Amino acid sequence: MVDRKILIGFTLILGFMTARHQMSAAHTEKRVELIVFAASSLADAFQAIGRDFDTANQDIHVTYNFAGSQQLLQQIVQGAPVDVFAPASRKQIDAAVASDQIDSSSVETFAHNRLVVIVPKKNDAGLKSLHDLARPNLKIVLADKAVPAGQYTVEFLDRFSRGRSADKQFKEDVLKNVVSYEENVRAVLSKVVIGEADAGIVYTSDISRDTAHRIDRISIPDSLNVIGDYPIALSKNAKHRDAAQRFVEYILSANGQATLSEFGLLPAAAPAKR
Amino acid sequence: MDRAGWMLLLASLPLLLFLAVPLLALILRTSSGDVLITLFDSSVADAIKLSIVTTLITAGITVCAGTPLAYLLARRKFIGRTIVDVLIDLPIVLPPSVAGIALLIAFGRRGLLGAALHNLQVDIPFTEIAVILAQLFVASPFFIKSAAAGFATVDRDLEQAAAIDGASPSKIFWTVTLPLSLPSVAGGVVMTWARALGEFGATIIFAGNFPGRTQTMPLAIYMGFEIDLRVALTLALILLILSFLILATVKGLLRRRIALFN
Repeated sequence: MVDRKILIGFTLILGFMTARHQMSAAHTEKRVELIVFAASSLADAFQAIGRDFDTANQDIHVTYNFAGSQQLLQQIVQGAPVDVFAPASRKQIDAAVASDQIDSSSVETFAHNRLVVIVPKKNDAGLKSLHDLARPNLKIVLADKAVPAGQYTVEFLDRFSRGRSADKQFKEDVLKNVVSYEENVRAVLSKVVIGEADAGIVYTSDISRDTAHRIDRISIPDSLNVIGDYPIALSKNAKHRDAAQRFVEYILSANGQATLSEFGLLPAAAPAKR
Repeated sequence: MDRAGWMLLLASLPLLLFLAVPLLALILRTSSGDVLITLFDSSVADAIKLSIVTTLITAGITVCAGTPLAYLLARRKFIGRTIVDVLIDLPIVLPPSVAGIALLIAFGRRGLLGAALHNLQVDIPFTEIAVILAQLFVASPFFIKSAAAGFATVDRDLEQAAAIDGASPSKIFWTVTLPLSLPSVAGGVVMTWARALGEFGATIIFAGNFPGRTQTMPLAIYMGFEIDLRVALTLALILLILSFLILATVKGLLRRRIALFN
């Protein structure tokens, strides 16, 4: 019995020692870990920016949490550790400010995004124009209205229906074709890329170099398009405020903006057409 | 309880509490007013109805198609038996999202089998059938494993005695083998049903999310978490109570049955 107690005690001590050792190991590697919560539509662009930023700042390492903006908001409200918050619309920033998690004076718009209709390269349904989306018996996949892309999509459909009187039924007819409301905009892209959906509506920035040759685009004119603003802000509880500030500055810098436009986002300086 | 029993209980307490606390939080966080309001929300009612109908169909198909397979595994030695066995284990250990992608590239209209079906004007993704197939894929192995284990423990002498008395193989199965292995078989049905009820990852990928058609309770809970937390909490609570009641009832019934046998 005594032997067993000693053994258990020994195991516990060993466990603590290993844990302490790991902690001090993390400490000696002097990079601070900057935690950025960003909308899934920013994933590709932000990963590229993170690599550049890490190289330029040897004392910082950026770690991302990409998810739907609303889900990120819920995590922040519930107290998840975060330094920088970059959702896909102002709504989530405002909600985070209201719950006293985000510093309202730090909010800046760093990019804009626009919607585009995509169809599979092997376009069996033969969709060529926006009007074709209202044809019966199509399979259209949209983002759910829980995420900004879904809200912008509804707004686009509304604008189209308000345009000419002949198009009054447009929104209703398109919605009849919807087979799924995806929980994030990337899932819409995937279902069009593999050809399970006849069409989908995504952000221009969602189309990466890999997927670009597997789909065709039907562009939405500026007058109908909803230009989304991407805000970025610092957390009130940011552990590394200085590093967070530098990250935001980098995104607004010429280098950061150039990377963003490489990934199909419109730079912050470009006038947001309404 | 003896002294050792109390010691065991003390040692079990941390994990037991850890399992219970999140469920308790869910119950405490949900107000009965919210439950009533959201219950009358048609999309919530749709999700509950869809979940119950699809999971019952899944459980039914599993029993019909899974019983011969379970019996085969329990009673026959054949080449490739290990491979079949592992194949049945795989859906249990695979992430459900893998199952969803696999189903999509198999039964999607550009898929391995789906392309042929598409030519026959049958499209499976984004339909109730896709919901059922997703559940069947991830949940049926639980029944097969449990039933096979049950069949394997039945005393062969009893079956042989029945055969000597002139009973046909099917009569032996229904009157000897099945009653003796009933706890495992029924337990397997419940496990499959419960797993199907909680199925999320494969469903959202293969069947998509469309209220009233493919939005089951777990999907409605996930989407509700992003739009209306009350909906999510209410549905989560209903799912919790439903699962608890069914599991408790079946376990209680089985225990009484086993007690009767002894």
